[in-house]
Amino acid sequence: MSPLLFYAIAFTLGCYAVASVMVLVRLLRGPRAQDRVFALDLLYFQAMLVVLVTGIFHQSDRYFEVALLIALFGFVSSAGMAKFILRGEVIE
Amino acid sequence: MNAVPFWVEAVVALLLVASGLFVVIGAMGFLRLPGFFLRMHPPALTYTVGSWCVALAGALYFSVLEGRLALHPLLIPIFLAITVPVTTLLLARVALFRRRLAGKAETPAPLIAKDAPPSGERRAP
Repeated sequence: MSPLLFYAIAFTLGCYAVASVMVLVRLLRGPRAQDRVFALDLLYFQAMLVVLVTGIFHQSDRYFEVALLIALFGFVSSAGMAKFILRGEVIE
Repeated sequence: MNAVPFWVEAVVALLLVASGLFVVIGAMGFLRLPGFFLRMHPPALTYTVGSWCVALAGALYFSVLEGRLALHPLLIPIFLAITVPVTTLLLARVALFRRRLAGKAETPAPLIAKDAPPSGERRAP
């Protein structure tokens, strides 16, 4: 692996870290529940991107399956939380 | 395991850096914009450009590394193109519903309001 790709991967992971911190601030501060659910969805997504980039760094195909599973569970959990907010308010 | 030529590594590096920058832009917009409906727009950059760049970089890199066509990383953005609109639409419905429930001004009325009976409180699907 050339130094160019190494530093590019390091820069990309740093970008993901900064973005995750921004989303985390919104998750903690978000005025309403839907902001927090959306922030959690975005955090899931960024974790999946980190796993994909780490797979390129380690030159391994195994990380792809992990990323696919993270994407799947992120979708299921976000949809579930959104449904919960919707119905919880109706029951109130 | 083949040796990866330099131009392939350069293209992969460019795609990865572009993905990182777009993810940061999306998160910055998500952090700074006021209001939930405004805030839903910037993460679309993350969901589309971010994931496509990383998947294309992975497909190119593993194709050259293993000496065969490795297109499986492209499965992820294709799968996300199905699931992300569902999540986003559901959350938009949640925000609209809760806004109506709170009785805020300038909330669009339900489309079925005219012909619905007066007690027509919207039910959860």
